[in-house]
Amino acid sequence: MAKETKTLNLNFGPQHPAAHGVLRLILQLDGEIVEKADPHIGLLHRGTEKLIENKTYTQAVPYFDRLDYVAPMNQEHAFALAIEKILNIEVPIRAQYIRVMFCEIGRILSHILNVTTQAMDVGALTPTLWGFEEREILMGFYEKVSGSRLHANYFRAGGVHQDLPKGLDKEIGKFCERFPKIINDLELLLTDNRIFKQRNVDIGVVSKQDALDYSFSGVMLRGSGVPWDLRKSQPYDCYEQFEFKIPVGKNGDCYDRYLCRIEEMKESVNIINQCLANLPVGPIKTDDGKISPPPKKEIKQSMEALIHHFKLYTEGYRVDKDEIYTAVEAPKGEFGVYLISDGSSKPYKCKIRAPGFSHLQAMDYLIKGHMLADVPAVLGSMDIVFGEVDR
Amino acid sequence: MQNIQDLEKILNSELNTKIKSSLIKHNQIYLKIDEVDLTEVILFLKTNSKTKFRQLIDITAVDFPENEIRFKLVYLLLSHEFNQRIIIEIDVKEKEIVDSITSIFPAANWMEREVFDMYGIDFKDHPDLRRILTDYGFEGHPLRKDFPLTGHNEVRYSHETKKVIYEPVKLEQNYRNFDYESPWEGTKYIKEQTKE
Repeated sequence: MAKETKTLNLNFGPQHPAAHGVLRLILQLDGEIVEKADPHIGLLHRGTEKLIENKTYTQAVPYFDRLDYVAPMNQEHAFALAIEKILNIEVPIRAQYIRVMFCEIGRILSHILNVTTQAMDVGALTPTLWGFEEREILMGFYEKVSGSRLHANYFRAGGVHQDLPKGLDKEIGKFCERFPKIINDLELLLTDNRIFKQRNVDIGVVSKQDALDYSFSGVMLRGSGVPWDLRKSQPYDCYEQFEFKIPVGKNGDCYDRYLCRIEEMKESVNIINQCLANLPVGPIKTDDGKISPPPKKEIKQSMEALIHHFKLYTEGYRVDKDEIYTAVEAPKGEFGVYLISDGSSKPYKCKIRAPGFSHLQAMDYLIKGHMLADVPAVLGSMDIVFGEVDR
Repeated sequence: MQNIQDLEKILNSELNTKIKSSLIKHNQIYLKIDEVDLTEVILFLKTNSKTKFRQLIDITAVDFPENEIRFKLVYLLLSHEFNQRIIIEIDVKEKEIVDSITSIFPAANWMEREVFDMYGIDFKDHPDLRRILTDYGFEGHPLRKDFPLTGHNEVRYSHETKKVIYEPVKLEQNYRNFDYESPWEGTKYIKEQTKE
């Protein structure tokens, strides 16, 4: 007897804890098997690109914090690099070291969040509690250096806003001594955990070719065995002076991506340690008065400094007519800024290339034929943050 | 690793009739081509063994309302093998329909949807051309230069009707866009007010 089957349409999100934000996913189910997934995004769309077109270059920086809000400085980095390349600014070496250090802190921040929440999605609660304690400490470093735990607004074209406060390098050093043990603890909980493996191994497998075709980057690409990291292949700032390894996965499943993230955190600690050991002394931003504001003390004494200060905080600096694409290896993948300047103090166009956008696009391809319970696992391993997907 | 100059030479010799101009800047190749050659050029760049631009990074558009050919479509590609980036530009008139490249790069699907949503450029043979980032039932194309920054409608929950309602945007204060060329004149709306 032929049974009549009916597909069921299920609305997943936008208010679902495993949707990692405001994702509305329309799933077509045959029993428990997903036949089709149609992600509806844009629920967090704030029109960042339009807003940036109406702000000066300095005012545009905070918008980058609000994209991938778990690793804000990595994105400011891309924007700062774009302006620096157009204006041909030499960034002082100390500023480069500070930037690299805080980018790696951002990477750890993002990876802790991802690894632990993914574990939570598949049923483990403890890693989240342990991981978030460390995130709090890292955000404390953000606060000490920029005044803000999350939305740092710290990187500038030509350097960083302020120098490290006294003693911060020692604190970060102490954290780096302790943190590898925390990673170990997390690994003890997860890596050989039977349930964690059952939920992640062979789930959401991406082949090498498909990873390329779907514009994957970052861990999504490396998890599938493509050794590609912009920090190595197209080094920016002073990344070429550091020694670090690029972990690459074998099977391209959720479990390999988890392993890659764990290894990347260890490498990040390694880079931060190298930064601290060789942290040069010197200025932290370019001394070009047309781009970086003068120190407060000079404003009271020098007319030129006063004029520069006034011009920079009203009109802002002007950027020559040009167009450029710069990308950085953000924790989630290749984060790029396609900037068109028209000679005024506001960008004519600033397209933000967010890695999560292309990752989420492949949701339908990844989840087809999987069970409904695998949806949070795959979604978790893609490391989606809606701030950057929706922009 | 292949030298960027060599790569530009290869491109110019293999695609010479299709390239309008090419330029090396910031260690990237900028290529201008005709809109009709788009799919052919992209397919060549992806499959040719000397170029191997196998990853589509992004598609975006730029609006120049004062130009006769209003839009510029930009395709960013990356070659892992040769560690090179290329930026392909085509000029598109308003209401012109461009060939979709979703058959070459599946990743182009959402990128083209975004361009359609933000700029209103249509793509031929796109499998599913819907709005992507804006609200259901949204009108207009936000990233066009003539679209106001504040938008047209605002949304709120109405206690009277017990549902979410849309209303035209009302601003308590005009949006101030200062003209720094001549600071004494201030913004446009002040100029208009002082004229009377």
